[in-house]
Formats: sequence, C-alpha cells, structure tokens
Amino acid sequence: MLWIEERCRGLTLGLILAPLLAGAQSNTPPSTPGKVPSPPVPAEMTASPAATPPRAAARFVVVIDAAHGGADSGARLSNHLLEKDLALALSVRLRSVLGAHGIYVVTTRESDGAVPDLNRAQAANHAAAAACISLHATTSGSGVHLFTSSLTQIPMTRFLPWETAQGAYAEQSLRLSSEIDSAMRHAEIPVTLGRTALQPLDSFTCPAVVVELSPLNTAGKVTALSDPDYQDRIVATMAAAVEQWQRDWRQQP
Amino acid sequence: MISRPQRILFWTLLFSSVLMSVVLLRMRERALDRLLASGETMPLNPPTGTPVQNVTMMMANDMDGSLQPGYQNLALPVDANARAHVILQHLLLNYARPNSKHPIAANKGVNEIFFINLPLEANQVLPGTLAVVDLSGSFVDAHPSGIEPETLTLLSIIATLHTNFPQISQVRFLVDGQQRDTLAGHADLTRVYLASDSPGVKHL
Repeated sequence: MLWIEERCRGLTLGLILAPLLAGAQSNTPPSTPGKVPSPPVPAEMTASPAATPPRAAARFVVVIDAAHGGADSGARLSNHLLEKDLALALSVRLRSVLGAHGIYVVTTRESDGAVPDLNRAQAANHAAAAACISLHATTSGSGVHLFTSSLTQIPMTRFLPWETAQGAYAEQSLRLSSEIDSAMRHAEIPVTLGRTALQPLDSFTCPAVVVELSPLNTAGKVTALSDPDYQDRIVATMAAAVEQWQRDWRQQP
Repeated sequence: MISRPQRILFWTLLFSSVLMSVVLLRMRERALDRLLASGETMPLNPPTGTPVQNVTMMMANDMDGSLQPGYQNLALPVDANARAHVILQHLLLNYARPNSKHPIAANKGVNEIFFINLPLEANQVLPGTLAVVDLSGSFVDAHPSGIEPETLTLLSIIATLHTNFPQISQVRFLVDGQQRDTLAGHADLTRVYLASDSPGVKHL
C-alpha cells in the first residue's frame, strides 16, 4: 500500500514525488498592483513539526482541481459544453480571482489534458493546502452540490493510508463545506449537501470539498450552466467563501 | 407347382399375421384410452399464487438530494435473491417513468443479485450479509453522469435493499460481472458500501 507521511510534506516527500508531479502545475496568480502573491515557501520550511511556523505566519494555499480532462470528458452538459471544459474554465477564473486577493493557488490541471487521480492527489498533498476544491458539473438537480468524503474521521497519525487519507481531515472538510454552503445561501444559490466516495478526493490530505455545479432552477426559471452571469456568481461566491475560510484558518491553533 | 400343404401353410401364416396386427392395434388403442382416462382423473395442484407484499422503496430526488420512502405492492418470489432482484428491477423502472425525480433511461437495470453470508474470513468483524449487485452494462452506459445522480442511485439501491433485507450489512457493485471503477465517471464502484450508512430517510 502506498503511504504518505503526513507531517513531513517537505523536502523528503517533495524529492520523492517531484518526478510524479509532471501533470500538475502550480501557478503564480496574475500580478495585481499592490497585491503580489507570495512565492512558494521552500520545502525545508515545513519539513518537520518542530520547524512549522505559527499558523498566522504560514502560507495559505488553495488547491483547485478541475475534474476530468483529455479523453475523460465527464458529463455532456449540452451539445456544445462538456464537464471537463466548464470545470477548467471555472478553475482558471477562480484562480484569477483568488490570486487577485493575494491567495496562493495550485491547480491540478491547466489545459485539456488527462491528469491521473494519483497525480492530482499528489499535487494537492505536496502543496500542504489549507483548502482543496474539486470542481465538477452535472445536468441533474439545481444550484450547487457540495460533497465531502464519506470517510469517517480517523486520528491524525504520522502515516496515513493513501486511499483513505482524507479521513483524517473529515471534520475540517465539513467545516469548509459549511463555509461554502453559507456563502452560497447568502448569494441565494440553492445548495445540496452530501457525502460521497470519490477519487481523488479520498486521498487528499487537506480540508477538501467537491463543488458540483448544476443548472439553476428557481421558480420554474432555469439558468443554464453556460450562462456567464451564473458562472460569475458561482466564482465570486466561492472566492468569498475561501476568503472567509482563510480568516477562520488563521485563527485556528 | 405348389403343393397343397404349402398353400395351406401360407394362408395360415398370412391369416395369423393379419390377426396379430389387428390384436396389436386394438391393444394400442386400449392403452391410449387408459392413458387418457388416467390423465383426466389425475388431481391437479392448485396454482401457487405468490403473496403480494408491501415493499418499501427508497426513492431518490435530484432536486434536494434526498431519499424518500415509497410503497408498492409486488408479488414476490420466495427465493431471497430472486426477491431482491424483482424489488430492484421495480425500483429502477420507477426512475424510467415520466416525471421521475431521478430520471434514468429504461433498460435492464440489474442482471443478478447474490447474497453472501459474512464473515468470509476470520479477521472480518462485520457480521451479516454481503449483497453483490450485478448491474447491467446498458444501465450503466445510460446513467446520467454526475456526482449527485450517481451517488443517489447507489444510495437508493443500498437503502432499498437494507430496508427490505435488514440482514444486509454490506453492498458491492459489479457491472456485467466485472469490477468497474465508477458508475458513470464519478461514484466509486470499487469499494464495499456499508448498508448501515443508509438510514430510512437520508439526505446525501
């Protein structure tokens, strides 16, 4: 079984996993005057628990995972829109918005290429992220579906089994889901909460949420997923939720 | 020239052959009559009517991501595997109806269901029964893609099985007898699902 060392995500893990991270790209968000995102922290700084800086000074990293890609097109949302394309478009826009707010973002996919689930999880785990958001879309239901892993909470240990590593973050993931839920409801977007068994979600060692978009159905009026205004609302709301999560995250011990 | 004794012998043998043929034909007719007569008087077993039972089906709703109980009267076979098969076929048929809240195209949904008593190995701690649901490839291919619809379908099947067969503790899914990674690109089909995780009415 493949194991990951939870607390030693730094130099050792980085050196081991570096050749495997070819499919994932970390990016620097677009530069904005007065809001230049901080560069990646050298791996040595988080190499051991003793060297871990206080949370307030730690880097706040968000991983955005645009689902599917390449031959795996996901759901066919309309005659001209595939799930993989919408997920990528939302990923790019969310990265830009978060980058403009000074939040360092790591994306698992930057183009229409196939990225194995293993590489996605490795990229997310290597980033030591404070939040991992996986983007999906479907034609069923209405509004936004928020999913967390169906794994139950397990104690945080030095080593975690790869396929169920998310179990150590189950409660944090629920809190992150609640944060996004609140923001969505504030924006009057219907939300369905759920738990599911999904790869690579179950291998993420970070508070992780799957955001699945579906057409907005309110009072008989249906807003398609291809609607730019609807997509803007979703991206803006998620960015607001992540900013709120950042404030909460810094206050945590 | 044929002698008189030979002619007498010939005609005697011919007469005997005809007589034996007539006797055999008559005996055959009498045997057939006896057979038909015995068939008509044989007591017939009354048709064994399968009892109609009230079955609870956990129906999925895409709009709110919930499972709600629905009730249906079905004539069910005695065998548990066949009974579970009939229940799941009707469950999936409901999803193919117009105005379904969890629409799935109509087709053969379930090939077979097997019940396996647990534990299979000494180190397994969960007692009960493992239900192996063999979904048809056509059903999986026609299933809507998405985390919510796929998860709801699995939970609906699991909850319906657990409601009608409380001894089921775990459920495993196959597709045409083979293991498949996902239902339609999302929900994981490689894992074993705990039936106890699907209470009567459950939001996703």
